Amino acid sequence: MINQRVFFRTIACMPILIFGLQSCAPVKEYQKQYLNDNEMQLSARKVEKSENSFQSYREGSAGANGGKTGGGCGCN
Amino acid sequence: MALLFSFYQFLSAFGQASHTDSSTYSKRPLKLEEVNFVSSYYNQDGNNSAVTGGIGTEKLVDLANVLDLVYLKTDKHNRLYNLNLEMGIDHYTSASSDKIDPSTVSSASSHDTRYYPSITLSRKDNKRTTLGIGLSYSNEFDYTSWGIGASYTKASKNNNREFSVHLQSYFDQWTVIYPIELRPPGGGFSGHGGGRKDNVPNTYKPRDSYSSSFSYSWVINKRFQMMTLMDLIYQTGLLATDYQRVYFTDNSERIENLPGKRFKLPLGLRANYFIGDRVIMRLYYRYYMDDWGIRSNTLSLEMPVKITPFMSISPFYRYYQQTVADYFAPYGMSTTGQTYYTSDYDLSKFSSQFFGAGIRFTPENGVFKMKHFTSLELRYGHYIRTTGLVSDIISLNATFK
Repeated sequence: MINQRVFFRTIACMPILIFGLQSCAPVKEYQKQYLNDNEMQLSARKVEKSENSFQSYREGSAGANGGKTGGGCGCN
Repeated sequence: MALLFSFYQFLSAFGQASHTDSSTYSKRPLKLEEVNFVSSYYNQDGNNSAVTGGIGTEKLVDLANVLDLVYLKTDKHNRLYNLNLEMGIDHYTSASSDKIDPSTVSSASSHDTRYYPSITLSRKDNKRTTLGIGLSYSNEFDYTSWGIGASYTKASKNNNREFSVHLQSYFDQWTVIYPIELRPPGGGFSGHGGGRKDNVPNTYKPRDSYSSSFSYSWVINKRFQMMTLMDLIYQTGLLATDYQRVYFTDNSERIENLPGKRFKLPLGLRANYFIGDRVIMRLYYRYYMDDWGIRSNTLSLEMPVKITPFMSISPFYRYYQQTVADYFAPYGMSTTGQTYYTSDYDLSKFSSQFFGAGIRFTPENGVFKMKHFTSLELRYGHYIRTTGLVSDIISLNATFK
């Protein structure tokens, strides 16, 4: 039986281990054609707004995603 | 869409001021830069309604619409001002809240409309510092909210790193509504739930929420960037829902009762990587804990694929699991010795999966060849929870520039 806590923490650490070990060499503005792509933005997209809302209503947790954290409506 | 485009043109006419000026610097008037319209249809069903003590239909339909306008202005010092006006309207119908008074076929509590406007203003200076303030308001039949927020963002000299803090407070007020059979003599709300009227004023209870949100983003290399997020959230006041019933092992019935304080700590991590020339990997993980006993993990993966430079398809998958809150018990299982008790299955132990796909159009000459209609995105998701709750959501985002 997999320990869920260990499983999720391992998954979360994988991108850090795989990619984070690469050097953080400064990237100049003219080199950011991939980073500036609309699909690469680090925040949730506007079209996900309602999804994030219903997930915060139907689940016991919220926050750390730029969306609702609690309060502001009778739903949470 | 034609109606939205006409609305955009109408707003542009008021957003642009034109006049000649002979001073040494050029005026940079406030200009409507972008209009976003987001609409979604949400439909759920299950059999653990908290209004009826943890058993009963959870059928609910919600239609949400948000229009936001982005105005930009640059002053003579080259500081960029961003004014964001947002107006949201949600309308929902709920079979479970209709059971606040189960003696009626359909009561006023079976549906409601929520209005929530907000305004935010930010200023970015030449030292890569952005300051912002915001106000919000929300009103629905039994709930009113006033919100205020402030933010600070600082980017590094090469714009490869950015730190941000956002402080937000909500000062809310519930109108107390009890289940009809549990209303005290002469109180508990008048006029809601099928015509029964208690001749006393409504009771109001406050709920206040405070949050501090921190984020730090950094560029790893030309294709990879990450962000960490942390919120500190504190809520106080009426945190239970007074029209939700709880049944006990001795067959007695009470109104849900939860602590008047709650502290939450979510920690998040985002990682986006551009693979080749067409595929992006968007990974998100969150660990959450609070002082009601809930611990949760969220993991989501989205893989946008650029079919052409102007169209992309984005399949996604999200897995969530949480532990049970300290005060939860299923229908009829609460014990009378408990101080706090709930049968709201949103606070039970469960896991859920959410999956679907989106499609995004950004044609060079505009969507439907309308020059200012720059982007159209459609997205569908299916949600299943181990408690039996199932839902579907369809969302649309139209962008005009």
